[in-house]
Amino acid sequence: MRYSDILDETRISLTANKARSGLTILGIVIGIASVIAMVSIGEGAKGSIQSSIEGLGSNLLTVLPGFVQPGRGIVSSGRGTAQTLKNEDIDALSSLEGVKAVSPELQRRFQITSQIGNNTNSTVVGATDQYAAVRTVEVENGVFLSPTHERSMSHVAVLGPTVAKDLFGEDVDPLNKTLRINRVNFKVIGILKSKGGSGFMNLDDMILVPLSTMQKILSGVDYLSTIALAVEDKNQMPAVQEAASAALLVTHRVSEPDFSIISQADILGALSQVTTTFTLFLASIAGISLIVGGIGIMNMMLTTVTERTREIGLRMAIGARRRDITWQFLMEAVMLTFLGGLIGVLIGWLIAFVVARFVGIATEVSWQAVLTAFGVATGIGIVFGYYPARRAARFNPIDALRYE
Amino acid sequence: MIECRDIEKVYRSGEVETYALRNVSLSVADGEFVSITGPSGSGKSTLMNIIGCLDTPTKGEYLLGGENVSELDSDELAEIRNRKIGFVFQSFHLLRRATVLRNVALPLVYAGIVKSERAERAAAALRAAAFPEQFWNHLPNQLSGGMMQRVAIARALVNDPLLILADEPTGNLDTKTGDVILDTLQRLHRDEHRTIILITHESYVSEHAQRVIHVRDGSIVGDIPVKERRIANNHNQV
Repeated sequence: MRYSDILDETRISLTANKARSGLTILGIVIGIASVIAMVSIGEGAKGSIQSSIEGLGSNLLTVLPGFVQPGRGIVSSGRGTAQTLKNEDIDALSSLEGVKAVSPELQRRFQITSQIGNNTNSTVVGATDQYAAVRTVEVENGVFLSPTHERSMSHVAVLGPTVAKDLFGEDVDPLNKTLRINRVNFKVIGILKSKGGSGFMNLDDMILVPLSTMQKILSGVDYLSTIALAVEDKNQMPAVQEAASAALLVTHRVSEPDFSIISQADILGALSQVTTTFTLFLASIAGISLIVGGIGIMNMMLTTVTERTREIGLRMAIGARRRDITWQFLMEAVMLTFLGGLIGVLIGWLIAFVVARFVGIATEVSWQAVLTAFGVATGIGIVFGYYPARRAARFNPIDALRYE
Repeated sequence: MIECRDIEKVYRSGEVETYALRNVSLSVADGEFVSITGPSGSGKSTLMNIIGCLDTPTKGEYLLGGENVSELDSDELAEIRNRKIGFVFQSFHLLRRATVLRNVALPLVYAGIVKSERAERAAAALRAAAFPEQFWNHLPNQLSGGMMQRVAIARALVNDPLLILADEPTGNLDTKTGDVILDTLQRLHRDEHRTIILITHESYVSEHAQRVIHVRDGSIVGDIPVKERRIANNHNQV
């Protein structure tokens, strides 16, 4: 029997039972569509997290006070509670080989009021001129903090675009305007370029002031909440991380670290692990509906085989071999699941598109997901179609011809 | 040339052995028109199944066109049926969803013959079975019983078989339509020198053959030429 003839037979018998064929593949359609949609949402989330973290600077090492327990993640690091990072650490870290820039930071939330009476609660970061280089921020308008500001404890502030808008409105140029942080007046000297919010850390919603001003005037403490290191080369990251750790152990005169050094890769790894787990979870739920769909296919194929017993007997009588019969019914099942897969991929794609467009979650339909979906659909056809097909092929032609 | 030598068919269910056929020997020459007759349960169906290569004998030899087919496996038997035997069944056994042409060409599909040649040979077979051309693209349910049986005869002819095996071909038809079918078979025998074996329980039908083999209780009890052969003459009616 030729392949084209097998396909002809398949086409004839599937079109003869359009309603039944359609209903049977519904399970596969729903299964594949949800796999595609779920995976694309998961992949999209992963992609946007990845790009926003890489946007923070991919050569970045972050030193945090307090020791992060391995496996507990960055969320429970106890930032701000430990006070182990001091200004002396800056020099120790700057002198390390491979370190391009060091940005000591102290951040707190304060109530901020503008001249025109608007007020907001935002993060105030005490920083030096190094911050711009390390955190890859740029000034849109005005100037950034300078070493002079640092030395003279100037009351100047650089605003993130969100804060600027909140305090001064859309139309007013905030440059050279005055604002009050914790009842101290500051002059606005610059506005940052937008880095885009990434949901859980809005980089536009903050105010930068000189570190010295922050420590001595606003908060009255002498420690730091973060030291960010820019490393010269990506390949040096592990070496620098180790050297920094060693240097800090010495300056802190401790044997166990009372600080943590986290690289972007660590954060990225942790977050992609979360999103991957999430994606897998969603995909496996969708996978269950595929199995249910496959059982539906098997059920229909068994019915078809029983219904067409006499036809199978006739085909055998006039010369169909067992494998011809197997092929015919297997092909029918595979064609059903393949069509289900095709429609499912299209619907899944549509869902991903609609979600991206109207819900605002980034989605990404990858070719791997589409190919896997097709592979799985066809595989389901083979697995669940094989038993009915073999059953048909094992009929005894004499009995099958007489079947009523 | 068809030859059965000491054929025995035993069905076993548990300890009980049932002899469906016992020491059956017969031979049919090329171009002969033979009918096999007997009451139900006589073993004529079993004999037909063996002659039609749908089944194999428990004992004995069956030679079809000089080839011993009594010990072949199911796929080899399928190939023999495809190349050497044309079946005509009581209940026509046409595919409901396929046109007349496609039904007739079906054996050629399993012979692996290309589409264009299939169409030609199906057309030739339909003409040989005197099937009117305006119905070639109809579906079986648009045809009368007699027409359906002629489609089945055309299908039996399409592979140019050694033997046409007709199992109660008039059983589902009224007498007039049955005569049309018998006429078609007689013409194929007379004009195309086809070898035909007709299985029936009606003596009226069996007398259209040249020779009648009587089967009873699993054995051949008579093998005699028909003295006054009936000639069906209804080929103008459908």
